[in-house]
Amino acid sequence: MNPATTGGGTILLKGGHVVDPQNKLDAISDVLIEKGLIKKVAKTIDEKADLVIDAKGKFVVPGLIDMHVHLRQPGHEYKETIETGLRAAAKGGFTGVCPMPNTEPPADRRSDMEFMREEAKRLGLVNLWPVGAVTLKQLGKELTEFGELKKGGAIALSDDGHPISDSNILRRALEYAKKFDLPILVHCQDEGLFCGGCMNEGSVSTKLGLGGIPAEAESIEVARDIQLADLTGGKLHFCHISSRKSLEIIRQAKAQGSKATAETCPHYFHLTDEAVMHYNTYAKMNPPLRTDEDVRAVKEALKAGTVDAIATDHAPHTDNEKDVEFDHAPFGIIGLETSLPLSLELVREKVLTMSALVERMSLAPARILGLDRGHLSEGTSADITVFDADAEWIVEKEKLESKSKNSPFLGRKMKGKALYVLCGGRVVLQDGKIQS
Amino acid sequence: MTVVGSQVSGDKKFHWTRKDLLSVEELSKEEIEHILATAESFKEVSTREVKKVPALRGKTIANLFFEASTRTRTSFELAAKRLSADILNFSSSGSSTAKGEGLRDTARNIEAMQIDTIVMRHSSSGAAEYLARTSQAGVINAGDGIHEHPTQGLLDIFTIREKKKTLQGLQVCLVGDILHSRVARSNIWGLKKLGAEVTVCGPPTLIPRKIEELGVTISYDLDKVLPKMDVLNILRIQLERQSGAFFPSIREYAAEYGISNERMKKAKKDVLIMHPGPINRGVELSGEVADGSQSVILDQVTNGVAVRMAVLFLTTLVER
Amino acid sequence: MGPERLKKDAHEVYPKTRHPRPADVGILVPVKPVLDAPSIERTLTRIAHEILEKNPGVEKLALIGIQTRGVVLAQRLCQAIQKISGRQVPMGILDINLYRDDLTRVAEQPVIKKTEINFDLEGLTIVLVDDVLYTGRTIRSALDALIDFGRPKKIELAVLIDRGHRELPIRADFVGKNIPTHEEEFVLVRLQETDEREEVVVSQK
Repeated sequence: MNPATTGGGTILLKGGHVVDPQNKLDAISDVLIEKGLIKKVAKTIDEKADLVIDAKGKFVVPGLIDMHVHLRQPGHEYKETIETGLRAAAKGGFTGVCPMPNTEPPADRRSDMEFMREEAKRLGLVNLWPVGAVTLKQLGKELTEFGELKKGGAIALSDDGHPISDSNILRRALEYAKKFDLPILVHCQDEGLFCGGCMNEGSVSTKLGLGGIPAEAESIEVARDIQLADLTGGKLHFCHISSRKSLEIIRQAKAQGSKATAETCPHYFHLTDEAVMHYNTYAKMNPPLRTDEDVRAVKEALKAGTVDAIATDHAPHTDNEKDVEFDHAPFGIIGLETSLPLSLELVREKVLTMSALVERMSLAPARILGLDRGHLSEGTSADITVFDADAEWIVEKEKLESKSKNSPFLGRKMKGKALYVLCGGRVVLQDGKIQS
Repeated sequence: MTVVGSQVSGDKKFHWTRKDLLSVEELSKEEIEHILATAESFKEVSTREVKKVPALRGKTIANLFFEASTRTRTSFELAAKRLSADILNFSSSGSSTAKGEGLRDTARNIEAMQIDTIVMRHSSSGAAEYLARTSQAGVINAGDGIHEHPTQGLLDIFTIREKKKTLQGLQVCLVGDILHSRVARSNIWGLKKLGAEVTVCGPPTLIPRKIEELGVTISYDLDKVLPKMDVLNILRIQLERQSGAFFPSIREYAAEYGISNERMKKAKKDVLIMHPGPINRGVELSGEVADGSQSVILDQVTNGVAVRMAVLFLTTLVER
Repeated sequence: MGPERLKKDAHEVYPKTRHPRPADVGILVPVKPVLDAPSIERTLTRIAHEILEKNPGVEKLALIGIQTRGVVLAQRLCQAIQKISGRQVPMGILDINLYRDDLTRVAEQPVIKKTEINFDLEGLTIVLVDDVLYTGRTIRSALDALIDFGRPKKIELAVLIDRGHRELPIRADFVGKNIPTHEEEFVLVRLQETDEREEVVVSQK
């Protein structure tokens, strides 16, 4: 076993286009890694190394972090397991993911956090930073033991999958979390307006005769939550923002000094509710796909920094579950393996510079989660992603690492592929293949 | 002697290629006209002594009704029988969430019995399209959720044309719960394609978002639009809707939108009163108007059998 | 799911139950004339006389034309009979397409036209009228249809052209003209009311 690949030796990444927004680096450089840490980043490094990776023509960036995934273990292992999920993450170019606690049972105690971390450690794939529930069983009534969860390894708290409808509970959560410096990741959904809807409310839902979820179901809680963040001074982060209205509220709040952060997902800047035509359950997720206007607003927001991060909300469901009448199909699509090429489109469309993209996919998530990642400073853990921005491939069901294949991008040509993923100097993905 | 042959008229043919009828939205104007013309001939069959033609002899049709419905189901049954087809009735409360067989498996089982055509009513929008995608048999949508009820839309149009000769420029008003009405959607598509002017009228809570994009005029005030209407198609108000805060009470609904004798005084003398049934007498429609001279509700039922015969005839004969 | 414009051979498009005719535009065919307008008129007059001769009790007589050109011919025969006998014989219209034995085999489905028989068939002698008698299947369908309408005393058949090649034991009582034909040939009857010209021709594929 090569000490380099297990994190012990030295690795030299030669000739790659290094993009490190925190250190304001965006140039062809070499990166030297020793004992799992970044030793040096310079224009040319001629030292000997146990493993030399030729990164010419490729991008070398701080490891991408997906701060919003669903790994389904424990309880729904038939959809995905921690193993298959982390494999999918590695394939997609991620050095770390944050699995949400809406498992079965919900991850609302310390042992749940420990289980996930240990499983990830055993697998030796990418990093897993678990998210604990805000309320017991995610019912929105009683707070969980934030302190215990943190001791168990929780990086953040969320009741994702559900909104925290009781304003007082969210307020207390934000206040209490201050002690432990944990961000609360909120899923904004006004239950009344959501009202049994299954897609965006608009002309498509009217034509198809499907229950509609208006954009206001999201924006109304965004407005509320941002004020609670203001009131409490707590760390608030908005999950999967989908609509122009919500983004406008966040933009204004930030302009007035709010520290709240927000993420969006690739499908919100690629697809509209037209993707649902012919009752395509592979385009059903919550929040739902919205209109052209919303897609434009999401891109604007990414450009302006109103949206800090790109996350996937990777939500595996089996074909069996999705192959039913539209209103009975579960919400959610997978996203780990398609996020990079879809997000690179933003650079190609000149919505973002490559540096800004790296910020959205690596530095910002790290900052929000309080991780010392997202940059290639000397002495940091060597979490690195190397990708070919021009590599073309087609999304094929059989080739996906994820156990579930519920993606609306099946069969679509993608441009951009992760080649190397290093976690703490350990080579997890080598030349596009997973090393376990 | 060599002479250039010319096109011979008098032998019109129409190439009907659909094995399914899922919506009025997907039909072209010509296809709608063809169905209506075919229905015309089938109407005559029902006036004969022997109300049967052997056109679908040996074909098997299955009624798959996941939602209770006596009226539509018996109409299809009669239509099938008058075409000499064999018809089976399956009623099931099953949908994909109920314990037991889901829609997909129910359909597969039926197909294993070599059924030619399935007539399905289901509570989920898109269920008919879902079935047609995977089914060898033809699928006739007898109502899917709140999406469409194509044969109802077609028979409504047939009835209007029968009485008014043409739909071009006709003022048609759909009254009631448009939001939850598959009959409304089917009607709108068909009426627009044949050139009618369509108004939808009901409480603001029951008018779907962006419906004006379908080319209809929206009105919340029935008394205002009533005088210029040639046709009023009254939709059934589902009494359960009260709980969704769509309107406060039946009394208020009836006062604002109910078609009463009093209200009818403002209407044209030759206006047509239509209703897909069953009627909530005294709520959306008063008994006197329902039974009155302007009502063509019973014609709708008669025409329903003819239109369904036409639809079954055309789709069942398409090669699978 | 759009309709494909089938350009099959006219042979296949038109099943042999109805005499084939190339409806598609632009087919150049060599054409042999058989009857011209004056001949058609004379033939119909002769058939009218024959019908009256065979059925002296004209009160119990009715004509039923088979869609489409049979209807035109039946109308003309009715007029001729009126001229000769002074009697208005009742006339019905029959579309046999719902009684065909080959509905699943036709490439293009025929448009179903009007059927209208407004009199009771009981006790009547019905003369079915069609333009061309070929395999006999159309007449079989017509007989099936008529039985569903009632029980006539007698059914006779009048055709303008008999072109042979019977596939069923059917024969016409009144024939305008016998024309022996090959199976690849078409007999085209064109009448003013439906085709804006008046002639009977035989054409080749």
